[in-house]
Amino acid sequence: MTHSLASAAAVPAVAPVTRSPGYWSNVLRRLRRDPVALAAGAVILGLIVMAILAPWISPADPFQASMLKRLRPIGTEGYPLGADELGRDMLSRLMLGARLSLFMGIVPVIAAFAVGSAIGILAGYAGGWTSTLIMRVVDVFYAFPSVLLAIALSGTLGAGIFNAIVSLTIVFIPQVVRVAESVTAQVRRSDYVDAARASGASPFTIVRAHVLSNVLGPIFVYSTSLISVSMILASGLSFLGLGVRPPEPEWGLMLNTLRTAIYTQPWVAALPGVMIFITSMSFNLLSDGLRSAMEVKE
Amino acid sequence: MSTLIETARAAHDDVGGPAQPLLSVRGLVKHFPLKRDLLSRKRGGNAVRAVDGVDFDVKKGETLGVVGESGCGKSTTARLVMQLIAQDRGELVFDGVAVGSRALALREFRRQTQMVFQDSYSSLNPRMTIEDSVAFGPLVHGTARNDAIAVARGLLGRVGLDPQRFAGRYPHELSGGQRQRVNIARALALHPRLVILDEAVSALDKSVEAQVLNLLLDLKDDFGLTYLFISHDLNVVRYISDRVMVMYLGEVVELGPVAQVFDAPRHPYTQALLRSMPSMEPGQRTESAPLSGDPPNPIDPPSGCRFHTRCAQARAICAQQAPAMTRHGDGHAVRCLIHQPDSGYAASGAPT
Repeated sequence: MTHSLASAAAVPAVAPVTRSPGYWSNVLRRLRRDPVALAAGAVILGLIVMAILAPWISPADPFQASMLKRLRPIGTEGYPLGADELGRDMLSRLMLGARLSLFMGIVPVIAAFAVGSAIGILAGYAGGWTSTLIMRVVDVFYAFPSVLLAIALSGTLGAGIFNAIVSLTIVFIPQVVRVAESVTAQVRRSDYVDAARASGASPFTIVRAHVLSNVLGPIFVYSTSLISVSMILASGLSFLGLGVRPPEPEWGLMLNTLRTAIYTQPWVAALPGVMIFITSMSFNLLSDGLRSAMEVKE
Repeated sequence: MSTLIETARAAHDDVGGPAQPLLSVRGLVKHFPLKRDLLSRKRGGNAVRAVDGVDFDVKKGETLGVVGESGCGKSTTARLVMQLIAQDRGELVFDGVAVGSRALALREFRRQTQMVFQDSYSSLNPRMTIEDSVAFGPLVHGTARNDAIAVARGLLGRVGLDPQRFAGRYPHELSGGQRQRVNIARALALHPRLVILDEAVSALDKSVEAQVLNLLLDLKDDFGLTYLFISHDLNVVRYISDRVMVMYLGEVVELGPVAQVFDAPRHPYTQALLRSMPSMEPGQRTESAPLSGDPPNPIDPPSGCRFHTRCAQARAICAQQAPAMTRHGDGHAVRCLIHQPDSGYAASGAPT
């Protein structure tokens, strides 16, 4: 404050002024006070670090099979989390599997966020028949249950990681579009957009300067809640043989191949499911925390 | 500050001289079609007749007040004049040039006409600092960023907000009165000639309202502005306006100098409206409400004179014949059969 008082005498054209913390730094501050969101964020961070470092920190070779050591229980010497149906070290496979599972959870959501936001903001801002046309097409996709649509698309495109990502992206785009359209239409009706129109700004300028900053946050929060869905759907695709192919470790695929062992080694067979559960739960809790940190009435 | 005012004045490329109205509105019509669903499709296409043939002039340098009950079309008129919504019929002539014509493109018209909205909070982008909000208009019109920021800070200072303290703040950190000052600064940033104030002080506390009204009067002198001042508050309109326009169900019913309209209202609706103002004299207070009920449905306005359903002086003819705007020599016009020569009102009997 002393600084601004000292410079007040001269008042240069663009003098430093007291800046208030921006919206996002306030959101971050509120998020830091939310223990559940912090814990979830820590778990996710831990999983990501584990996934990146997996080749170097995993205790054994995740591809090294041994017919003699099949389906060892948790706690076996040399196999802290047991061994799978081909005698491979479960701990190492779960660690390496985090890579593909997280990748399949996050990438389709990022792609759907980018494409869906663009389409949804266009529909929401343009309104009228443009909006009607886009939203009715979106409704057609939305009418199918996600799982069914993902399976149908993956089945048509063929098995493989890339095709699984494409089909999951297509599944999520309509959901993102609907959220983007509704928040944009809401902003479109606000007085500050009318004021911007009254100042003679073009629709493109208004969207860039006034709409994006107000709609991307809510769309982003919604999208983070899709990550867990994406992971579960990706696991489901792998389970059905439409996503990742063996011997590549991926939690959904591991769940599939281990299901035959559910009666002999139920705990080992359940481990990939536990990982999926923990991860998707963490993403959901973080997304919830983000939502409440952003929804505070200013 | 003086340079800012000079550039503002210089930007006033007055075309037609002081006698020519700054804005002429002729036959303005806006009907909002009702959403029809597939099952109950009605013939004839129902619509809310929000603004139904409005004519008025805004003279250079004056403040034209617009009053009327909720739903009478005040705000729709403001949005039509600002061209935020397109009219169904009618034209706007700005200083002798038709708005939207080749001579006056919409973008240039919008530089010369600006608007202040009622809701001070929702009319500011919550993610923008207030100096960015004020600087947005000049930026759009090609001012360099540093110059636009300088203009914004100058204006914030002019409307009573110290730029050192306020320029970098966000709308939620300001009070309602401070936010409305920001909105006024934003409206002035493009050096407009006409400023539309749509219930601009209605949401403020009485003490803050008075400060903002006086600020508006000061700015009008400094920048040579013309105001179209819309409000439901009759006291405020009387205080700030030179002329007053009274609207009822999408029509202008009375238009005249402020003293005449307030002291000698001619239209029964204006008379009733003025009687509904609480009097400061205990003996003068009316016992019963001068206007009963809500205004009729603008989807299906009454036949003849639109006010006849609530008018104490209505006669049979009022339900049949729509009155025309009758001008009197003193610049006072009224839409009422009582004041329309040869209307047959005097000969007509009581309503059946």
